Amino acid sequence: MHIPDGFLNAPVSLGAVVLAASATAVALKKSKGSIEAEVAPMVGLTAVFIFAAQMLNFPVAVGTSGHLLGGALATILVGPWAGLLAMVVVLGLQTVIFADGGLTAIGSNVTVMGVVTVLVAWLVLKIGKTFSKSKTGLVLVSALAALVSVPASALSFVFLFAIGGTDVLDLGAVATAMLSVHVLIGIGEAVITALTVSAVLATRPDLVWAARTNLQKQELEIRSQS
Amino acid sequence: MKVKTIIMAGLLLSGFLAGFVSYYASSHPDGLEKVAEDLGFIERAKDSPVAGSPFADYTVSFLGDARLSTAVAGITGVLATGLLAVGLYLWVRKPQSK
Repeated sequence: MHIPDGFLNAPVSLGAVVLAASATAVALKKSKGSIEAEVAPMVGLTAVFIFAAQMLNFPVAVGTSGHLLGGALATILVGPWAGLLAMVVVLGLQTVIFADGGLTAIGSNVTVMGVVTVLVAWLVLKIGKTFSKSKTGLVLVSALAALVSVPASALSFVFLFAIGGTDVLDLGAVATAMLSVHVLIGIGEAVITALTVSAVLATRPDLVWAARTNLQKQELEIRSQS
Repeated sequence: MKVKTIIMAGLLLSGFLAGFVSYYASSHPDGLEKVAEDLGFIERAKDSPVAGSPFADYTVSFLGDARLSTAVAGITGVLATGLLAVGLYLWVRKPQSK
């Protein structure tokens, strides 16, 4: 969903830069020295994996593709603050080295694909806390977080386009078109997120942030004994 | 399993995905691009100022072979992300009390 230069006007692009930079600054502050040394490499791996996974566009409808956004996955694996930083690293590199996403749209892209997806995933995890006490439950809640994060991200683009789009269009049509495609992409996002989370949960549940905060102690202990 | 093993496995998997599997990724426009085409605002898109970068659009401009070009771009991206990822790791790591 990388927004190119030219879709959004200067005031909105600038506003998004301020929002994205503020969110990143808070994330830097909140996450500094916050993760146990043994688990901390997961933050780096999360960024690398999301970069790689984002290259894999999958077909969603006739003549349309989509790729993992990764904000939900990052939140589940390393928490919202470190997760947002991982997203900023990925989106920044894509913009600067690969010309994927416009230079003036960097703030909009971090907002839409980073801040919004992380926030929505964090909310879904919070609401689904009661169902996340078992591994199966956590994987299902993770899938739901991923599924919801993509259309939410698409809607946040529509919002930016509504206030600062460079083309006068029927916003209902833009919203409908964006939502219908991105619900499908959300299904792909949910599948990839669920597979990745369950793979890590199966080997080292203590490496998953959402498991550290949600799983019952017992379940973690049982795994470490086996 | 040791954390080191999992991180190594994850990095290798990422390299494999970006360097090899990416060649088989769908080249159709993504969701936003497709909507922009259908609703006619795609013409508003401007080339990024870095569109002339040798790695623009996940290819390497001076490599003719598409498979090699995507592979080199993908691996370069993984390495570049990896470099920044080390910085991220150092930033978030809890200081050792020892």
